[in-house]
Amino acid sequence: MAVARTGPGAPATIAAVHTAQLGRARAGGGAVVLVATVQSLAILVLLHGIGRTAGEGSRAAVVSGAVLSVVAFIAWNLLAQRLAAVRAGGGLDYFGTLPVRPAAVVLGFCSCYATFAVPGIVLTAAAGTALFSLPATHLWVLVPAALTSGLTYSGLGALSGLGPSRPETAAITGQLGLTAVIFFGLIPPDSLPDGLAPFRAAVPLAYDIDALASALTADPDWTGIALRLAGSAAFGACCLALAARAYRNALDS
Amino acid sequence: MVCCVASRSRTESTASPPPRGDDAHGDDARGDDAHGRAREASRAVCEATALSRSYAGASRPAVDGVTLNVRPGEVFGVLGRNGAGKTTLVRMLVGLLRPDTGRVLLDGTDVTARSAHAAVHLAYLPQRESALADMSVRTALETTGRLRGLPRAAARAQADDLVAELALAAIADDRVGRLSGGQRRLVGVATALAGERPLLVLDEPTTGLDLDARRTVWDALDRRRSGGAAVLLVTHNVLEAETVLDRVLVLHAGRPAALGTPGRLKERFGGLVRLDLAWRDEPAIDPAGLGGTVLRRGRRWTVRLPVAEAQDVLAGILNGPAYAALDDFGLAPPSLEDVLLACDSEEG
Repeated sequence: MAVARTGPGAPATIAAVHTAQLGRARAGGGAVVLVATVQSLAILVLLHGIGRTAGEGSRAAVVSGAVLSVVAFIAWNLLAQRLAAVRAGGGLDYFGTLPVRPAAVVLGFCSCYATFAVPGIVLTAAAGTALFSLPATHLWVLVPAALTSGLTYSGLGALSGLGPSRPETAAITGQLGLTAVIFFGLIPPDSLPDGLAPFRAAVPLAYDIDALASALTADPDWTGIALRLAGSAAFGACCLALAARAYRNALDS
Repeated sequence: MVCCVASRSRTESTASPPPRGDDAHGDDARGDDAHGRAREASRAVCEATALSRSYAGASRPAVDGVTLNVRPGEVFGVLGRNGAGKTTLVRMLVGLLRPDTGRVLLDGTDVTARSAHAAVHLAYLPQRESALADMSVRTALETTGRLRGLPRAAARAQADDLVAELALAAIADDRVGRLSGGQRRLVGVATALAGERPLLVLDEPTTGLDLDARRTVWDALDRRRSGGAAVLLVTHNVLEAETVLDRVLVLHAGRPAALGTPGRLKERFGGLVRLDLAWRDEPAIDPAGLGGTVLRRGRRWTVRLPVAEAQDVLAGILNGPAYAALDDFGLAPPSLEDVLLACDSEEG
């Protein structure tokens, strides 16, 4: 039989964990992906009824928020619950006794859950731009925005799932995170109560949403888009690093 | 009577790697000279020295001053009651828990501070395994092989080999989470074998397995053992342990209570045999009159006595008025269970 005395590299680890977690979709995760998509579409329809006459900026913000809340639902909320369940069930011991880097394992989980969001992102973006009569010329910004939001939300999801020792706390953290994204993402910044506007600007939860919203207008602010995406990516990387540390701490508890 | 080493103090077991209960050298009839010890240590696949670990809020350490070494080709068992510290000890050996004191060498490499390095030396089968639940059996085996560093094609080929070796063909494409407890355990053993590690640390590997599956597992482990791999087995099943273990460490309340081959540990009973008596009705005899300490579990009595004395006691019962209340009896040489019980009673 084959013998290997060194571990795989980080890309091979990420790919193996990613592929292994894809089985989750077949094991019931698919239904949740559908729920996340339907939820965002329903939000779009609801807000269309309320705000179809709003300005282009507000309509773009609503569509952008609905699209990326799919990512938050899956990559933050569901991933947090999944990792908490894996931890509670002793599943981290499996990865902890393999010659792989903790960060690569966390990234494998994150990339897989971010992948689960792709169908919902595409459907919601297509439906949103059509429903709210927004220009689709710069819709390609969705690709980097989805990537950076995937990084950020899945990093937060991993941190929420691996940080608390109780699965219930992880579930609550994931739910609260999703609520925060929906709150900051779907309410246009200029409609927020005064006290919350600075908070929204400071917390990088809505950077990608703002970047995509700007791209869905006739006159995108490209510098702002680039800065917001870069800020979100940096924040996501920090979250992943913290999640990897939480993973190591979870093993030694 | 008996075997226990913990009463000889922790200092002894920590200062001198094999506790006095360890008959590793004696069994090999090579003495315990310094040269022999050094040679033994250099050959160890796993060598742990004076390991201790406490948890916050606990009244005593979970593991306290445990020293052991596991040699290539050996099946080494860790026995003890629930809460004895077996799982904590094993988690330190495999690098999942950092010891408060002591060190762990795997193949001569100190992995205490760099626990991630432990993973290239060993495979670990924990009691609970949920990480693989969403994969098919074949994918779980292939993924584990890949994560242990095998190229994709080699991992796939090895997964096929393991499916054949452990008779998993009928469930190879089923999701692990949908299997019965025994089947899942068998898959767990198969994943521990992926990557061919020189040390297999298995926590209750045969729990829930039927006789055929258990035999399949031990055949597979025997093949690894013949190839030089060592097995560190944690088990509650003393009957199975009796048949497979080369050496045993008995833990009591986190401390090493006995260490040696099963035969040597049983020898320490000094020729005592176990007399089991099961009563149908309340017997008309005083247990204190049997000549030893009687362990009573309801109407089942167990007493350890020298052979001749046990025969006399039994003859007295069979020929006396107590016979009318006797339901069943047995006279047996000591077992590992007796070793465990004796260590427990000595340790209090």
